[in-house]
Amino acid sequence: MILALMDFEKLHREESGRILSTLIRLLGDFDLAEEMLQEAYAVALQKWPAEGTPANPRSWLISTARHKAIDRLRREQRFGQKAEEIAKTAEFAVGPESELEEEMVGDDRLRLIFTCCHPSLPLEARVALTLRTVCGITTEEISRAFLVPLATMAQRLVRAKGKIREAGIPYRVPSQEELRDRLDGVLLVVYLIFNEGYLASSGDALVRRELCAEAIRLGRVLCGLLPQQAEAQALLGLMLLHDSRRDARVSAEGELILLDEQDRSLWHGEQVREGTQIVESALRRGAAGMYAVQASIAALHANAKTAAETDWAQIAALYDVLLRLRRRQ
Amino acid sequence: MQYLLLIYRSEAEMAKLSSAELTAMYAEYGKFTQEITDSGNYIGGNPLKRTTTATTVRVRDGKRVVTDGPFAETKEQLGGYYLIEAKELDQAISIAARIPGARVGSIEVRPIMPRTQAVQA
Repeated sequence: MILALMDFEKLHREESGRILSTLIRLLGDFDLAEEMLQEAYAVALQKWPAEGTPANPRSWLISTARHKAIDRLRREQRFGQKAEEIAKTAEFAVGPESELEEEMVGDDRLRLIFTCCHPSLPLEARVALTLRTVCGITTEEISRAFLVPLATMAQRLVRAKGKIREAGIPYRVPSQEELRDRLDGVLLVVYLIFNEGYLASSGDALVRRELCAEAIRLGRVLCGLLPQQAEAQALLGLMLLHDSRRDARVSAEGELILLDEQDRSLWHGEQVREGTQIVESALRRGAAGMYAVQASIAALHANAKTAAETDWAQIAALYDVLLRLRRRQ
Repeated sequence: MQYLLLIYRSEAEMAKLSSAELTAMYAEYGKFTQEITDSGNYIGGNPLKRTTTATTVRVRDGKRVVTDGPFAETKEQLGGYYLIEAKELDQAISIAARIPGARVGSIEVRPIMPRTQAVQA
């Protein structure tokens, strides 16, 4: 099977977050993992068109990157011991596609997300690092989305990775007792990414729409990996409901159209249904935080046939709840 | 990894404590210190005398400049420290959170640069 360049781009985008998370665990270093992955991709671009795509591209890339890392560290003699550590630890992690592998990859992705969103990193850095390493968005695209010079964004990422190294931020999923608090931090980052894409009125429109899609993707990953966390579900529902209106929000002239003046036929019905289902499920599970309340409000809007038919009384009551929640924070 | 846990709290607030409250506070610190000694994390630590006893030293253009008082006038002042051994940052943070002063002040958690490491930016 010959791999077209377009398929390769798709593979990169979808898989790099997952591959990177495993590599970071194996190699113990963000920069090394990224560099070796780039080198592995370079080899793949050469070999796969001629030799055919391997049966398990992800495993192939991880294995290749790992070997390159071992070679590189052996050449830089002072890291010799590190090279031997990697050579030993990697064996069990790379194998044929299996349920166990899926589970391990899932764990790695969670580790990566929680590390990128560590409270010890400045908030802007958490957002940038998550977009870069978990979502695979380029530094250039991130800087365009947030209207920040490329050099500034690049520095932000360098400093964040530096702090992870220097301060000893661990690469692991927080313990059960810390999980709730740390998850709030992760959800906040996802929420910020979504809002950046959703509320932006200037900047690269295409990239900002990407941000909403990435945030929703992240939300799905979190719900999949942490099915017990109702608040994560509530956030996903909230984002889906807001995003369902994306084609009705802006006029041809580029002006924002208010909710009650939007053409509701342009709202994405399937997405409204999915979002509503997810929110209802989250509420049944006991979600009662900020995202759950906002999502409930969004569901009431999204399911009203017209602005006039909207259950304004319920919405007002929910805003009261929201205010009380905000005051408590 | 070694970390320095810097304990900042308001001296003004401390001065308002009764001797009974002070005694209770020191007892809490004693208990905490014993716990982290037992767990193998404790390397060192001391309470510091008040910032009124502090002197700041700088050398500028070869000239020594000595001023009275602490490095900076802040709402909370450095009152003590612990030097600990921890596996990684999260463990250091957990230990810092157990310091009695964390409930009324702020604890800065700073990694110690190992002697063997080249100077980083």
